[in-house]
Amino acid sequence: MDRGQVYLDYSATTPVAGEVAAALQPYLTEKFGNAASLHSFGRDAAAALDEAHLVVGCAIGARASEIVFTGCGTEADNLALRGVAFAMRQRGRGNHIITTPVEHHAVEATARQLHEVFGFDLTMLPVDGCGRVDPDDVRRAIRSDTALVSVMLANNEVGTLEPVKEIGAICRECGVYFHTDAVQAPAYMPIDVNDLNVDLMALSAHKLYGPKGVGVLYLREGTPCMPAITGGGHERGRRPGTVNVAGAVAAAAAIKYISREREAQAARLQILRDKLIAGVLALVPEARISGHPTARLPHHASFVFKGVDGESLLMALDVEGIAVSTGSACTSGDPEPSPVLVAMGIPREWALGGLRISLGYHTTQEEIERVLDVLPKCVEHVRLANFEF
Amino acid sequence: MKTRVVVAMSGGVDSSVAAALLVKQGYDVIGIMLRLWADPSTGDGHENSNRCCAPEAVADARAIARQLGIPFYDVHAENVFKQRVVDTWVDAYADATTPNPCFNCNRGIRFGFLMQKALALGADYLATGHYARVSSAECSVPGTQRHKLLKGRDAKKDQSYVLHVLGQRDLARAMFPCGEFVKDEVRQLAREFGLPTAERAESQDLCFLTQGDYRSFLARNAPAVAVPGPILNTLGEEVGQHDGLPFYTIGQRKGLHISARSTDAPALYVLQLDAKRNAVIVGTLDELGTRHAHTRLMHYVSGEPVSEPLRCTAKIRYKAKEAAGVLTPLPSGGATFEFDEPQRDVTPGQGLVCYAGDEVIGGGIIAKM
Repeated sequence: MDRGQVYLDYSATTPVAGEVAAALQPYLTEKFGNAASLHSFGRDAAAALDEAHLVVGCAIGARASEIVFTGCGTEADNLALRGVAFAMRQRGRGNHIITTPVEHHAVEATARQLHEVFGFDLTMLPVDGCGRVDPDDVRRAIRSDTALVSVMLANNEVGTLEPVKEIGAICRECGVYFHTDAVQAPAYMPIDVNDLNVDLMALSAHKLYGPKGVGVLYLREGTPCMPAITGGGHERGRRPGTVNVAGAVAAAAAIKYISREREAQAARLQILRDKLIAGVLALVPEARISGHPTARLPHHASFVFKGVDGESLLMALDVEGIAVSTGSACTSGDPEPSPVLVAMGIPREWALGGLRISLGYHTTQEEIERVLDVLPKCVEHVRLANFEF
Repeated sequence: MKTRVVVAMSGGVDSSVAAALLVKQGYDVIGIMLRLWADPSTGDGHENSNRCCAPEAVADARAIARQLGIPFYDVHAENVFKQRVVDTWVDAYADATTPNPCFNCNRGIRFGFLMQKALALGADYLATGHYARVSSAECSVPGTQRHKLLKGRDAKKDQSYVLHVLGQRDLARAMFPCGEFVKDEVRQLAREFGLPTAERAESQDLCFLTQGDYRSFLARNAPAVAVPGPILNTLGEEVGQHDGLPFYTIGQRKGLHISARSTDAPALYVLQLDAKRNAVIVGTLDELGTRHAHTRLMHYVSGEPVSEPLRCTAKIRYKAKEAAGVLTPLPSGGATFEFDEPQRDVTPGQGLVCYAGDEVIGGGIIAKM
């Protein structure tokens, strides 16, 4: 990365790893067949696709047949929620969905539509000041007509890890299907669907050093799931549409890559991340960490700064070449604090100033020092600019 | 460290040339485009965009920023624009005046919201493509400067009228690079810089109107401000019915529904909008016009009110000609202006902006009689 640019937004997306790019390249050119075709070109593609299912499945403790490739993580979440909700309703066994107020839009907006447009009852679980769900609240919320519980594994905005394993055990005990959006996690912590007690799980290749445009839904054998789009029999009818073979191959290569790198990287990044957090809290007045202090993704740091406009801070950092992100979705010039931070009970004057710094495999000590050098001045500028007009 | 300047970009020629000039002069330039609110109520299923920031305009501005090698951000400002500019504009109609929304936009959006963004980026200045100039000089207190707002060199394009709301704090951080040039020179500069020179269709309409004129906007979005009532002559006799005061403005002749009159009767003009009686007062051309304009709050660019009556010139609309007269400050903070000659369309809600030669003294909103 040239011109002194510092990329610290790995939770938004990651660069494609060299070995992943190399693995996918032939499937764009010479191995271009349609995996649904009968002929030799098709067979070559189908073989690669089979292998991709197997590799991805292996990496998360699943069978090849339980892996569905989709167009993105959002689509995988959509398929999980819509698929199970409508399949359960069709069987006369479900009219209720349970989720949290800290989910990614992919889950949140889908659950809301299922509620508002399709008439499913919706329970929003409470979260604590770190954004954590209490598994006992899940138990209390489950009803006889609950179709699905969806709780994310790791929060994109504040990095907090949810007690997914415990929630999964409760769901299993109650006979309710359980989905987790695990998009943020796999590059930084090991994931096993059996250990986590999940029936459905969404992943996204571009968060784990693969390309954009490839998602994965883990769908436990026997889980009812109505396709969200209709068409041919691709992905065993669960996700019709010509499969992106190159993308699937790349997702498999990416998951191999992170499975190999993860342990060492997570340990390295956690040290850098902790230095970053300590530095920011020491150098910036009225700064707090958002999310859980320890039960959080090891590469993920998130802060709130009192009296700071998060969008302005992002721009100010970008001008200095530092690419980070905010949770505060400013879409109107009348900044609304992030719903996630609000759900965590963070006061408005803090919640408007959310900042997420997510480290990745290419992050260096120098880059963290650069942030600590630049960030305090940027926060100061933004605060000084906060005049009445 | 280089002086940092944020340029308000629109994708148009003026702001693009402003950005290019600043880059050429060696400033550390950042482009920002504001996304402003637009009337969504046309109901054709498409998202409407403000004329200042249509999707093509955003793409144009982004491409120009890229060409100039400067960072570029488009920043959402819909809500703040709606509140500060559109809602106050509607309120002014509800008050039976004819407002100019550009004042609140320059005050609240460009030199308010956007200035905040600029300062947050560590900028020393905010530049726009306006045709106006700033002149700064040391003043008697050592180390401090006095800033004057001057007309643009191009008398035809001069936009100082809509900038009269600025004060010392704003001008200390304002740059108007186009103000030193006439429009043809700006176009020539655009060609030299290799910038697109195509002008988007200039429209007299307000940037946030997406279909029809302001009347249909008000009818759709604020029907409560338009209550039908009588049209009265200066004797108080009812001569017709009006559709709501906001649909009329001082000096208007067309569109008046006057009861049948003899064909040789003189034409009638709107003389006054009477909110109390919800009446449009009409009269003949010779009844139109006054030598007197009054404002309740006079803003002085220098920050210091004039202390005694001052001979100067004033404009009562953006496109009005300057006219000579005497500005008299009032203890209330307001001011009156006595024109040497009667002015035809002194319109409550429009700006009274006073000049000493090229310099803007200040201005205020013309109040109802």
